[in-house]
Amino acid sequence: MLGQSFPFDMAHMLAGGMVTVSFMLLFQDRLIALIWFLALHALALALALAWQAHRQAADDLYVAAALALVVKAILIPMGLRWLVRHLQIERTVEAVVGVGMAMLFGIGLVALSVMVMLPAATHSPLMWEDLSFALAVVMLGLLIMITRRNAMAQIIGLLSVDNGVTLAVVGIRGMPLVIDLGVACLLVAAMVVFAIYFKHIHQRFDSVDVHVLDRFRGEES
Amino acid sequence: MIQSLLAQGFQMMLVLAVAPLVIGIIRKVKARLSRRIGPSIFQPYRDLIRLARKDTVVAHNASWLFLVAPYIVFAAIWVAAALVPTYALGLIFSWSADIIVIVGLLALARFFLALAGLDVGTAFGGIGTSREMMISSLAEPAMLMIVFTLSLLAQSTQLSSIAHYMMTADVGLRVSCGLALLGLVMVTIAENGRVPVDNPATHLELTMVHEAMILEYSGRHLALIELAAALKLTLYLSMLTCVFLPWGIALNGAKLPVLGLGVLIYLIKITVASAVLAAFEVTVAKMRVFRVVDFLNFALMLGLLATLLLFVSRSI
Repeated sequence: MLGQSFPFDMAHMLAGGMVTVSFMLLFQDRLIALIWFLALHALALALALAWQAHRQAADDLYVAAALALVVKAILIPMGLRWLVRHLQIERTVEAVVGVGMAMLFGIGLVALSVMVMLPAATHSPLMWEDLSFALAVVMLGLLIMITRRNAMAQIIGLLSVDNGVTLAVVGIRGMPLVIDLGVACLLVAAMVVFAIYFKHIHQRFDSVDVHVLDRFRGEES
Repeated sequence: MIQSLLAQGFQMMLVLAVAPLVIGIIRKVKARLSRRIGPSIFQPYRDLIRLARKDTVVAHNASWLFLVAPYIVFAAIWVAAALVPTYALGLIFSWSADIIVIVGLLALARFFLALAGLDVGTAFGGIGTSREMMISSLAEPAMLMIVFTLSLLAQSTQLSSIAHYMMTADVGLRVSCGLALLGLVMVTIAENGRVPVDNPATHLELTMVHEAMILEYSGRHLALIELAAALKLTLYLSMLTCVFLPWGIALNGAKLPVLGLGVLIYLIKITVASAVLAAFEVTVAKMRVFRVVDFLNFALMLGLLATLLLFVSRSI
């Protein structure tokens, strides 16, 4: 059953797995479960990176995989969990549109990214697959951000977009390690900023629902 | 001709004999995992015999439909089970109908069970029926989407041909297959009223679905319906194993020792599948009836995604 195309199939499987986990993120409406799925998303990314490193015999991709595992799959979810516990944020996430509608949009976006990447298919079908999966993950991350009102869920959407971008870069040979290191540091820094941002919104409004910001018209002195 | 009829007859008797055992194994494993001893795995057989011996009590206002429904339900599910490959591929009945007919036969059984639930006019029957219809109207599209994925992959809607393709062709590791497997497991759970969707072990009026529909049945009618439910679960488990774990099934026109080995491997696969299902059931809590919609929408979405990704990977 495992043919000669196994190395390719494995990469396909892992990228497809990331798209599926993106759908789970879109579907889930509990904050703690969302964080777990984000960790799973990053784990799939780390595996995809490690597999590419193995295939291309590129040592720097192993480092990138280790970074994804430690920073994105362990540290960031732990930090987010700590935030949810510490700030006692409401555990359910309000969605702007219903789950069924969001799923339909999601399917549409996956179809769209496959279509958009069609010109790459004439170049190389392999690249077509890699790029359309990565684009689908990015698009789904953006969809998660616009369908959720909770700031925490929006951040989770943003982090999944970042995972999608990394997946896209992997398909192209030889991403410099420096860039990946920089992105990882940036993410950790961003997490700190997010934490402060959450803390402030939460202190002011007793909620992390961003819709309260719409009505806010500045401090009355 | 005689030989192929014998093989088919053996298959029908095999699923019938194994069905209560599947229920027994699931109950035993669930009991052991929650640190109880649990009844013997042969208890469902004893229950069925006991029920079959008892008198049947029928409500005064029950019509003829109430009396014939158990037989129709049992017959439809048994015929559907005869079409699913278990120990050998390409048995004589399997060429006469494909997987869509199996879905149709199961829908027929459900239709008559729902009518019977409404027939007596009790409140529970009505609640159970409306819930069952809600669940099935969501589970069936998901099931058909998965069927489309598999038949696009194998170029056939025949379950035997799909299993044969999965066993012999260079399928590789496809993400569509993974998604279809996950979706089919979710449909199996919903269609058979297993734990996150319905709890077969309770008669709590707020939550029961299948049990509410058959509340008015007793004696041999109840025995038939229980056996049909067990048969349906066995059918789904056989379908899952023959499509996604086809190894060890005897091929078309195999000799007797190979067939014997096929039976043995089938029994092992069914036992393992039941144990895995039971282990899954003890780890999750039953969800609210209105969350079932989301659960099955997700299964439908998996089916759609599987078809879509198949389109990407087939171009290679």
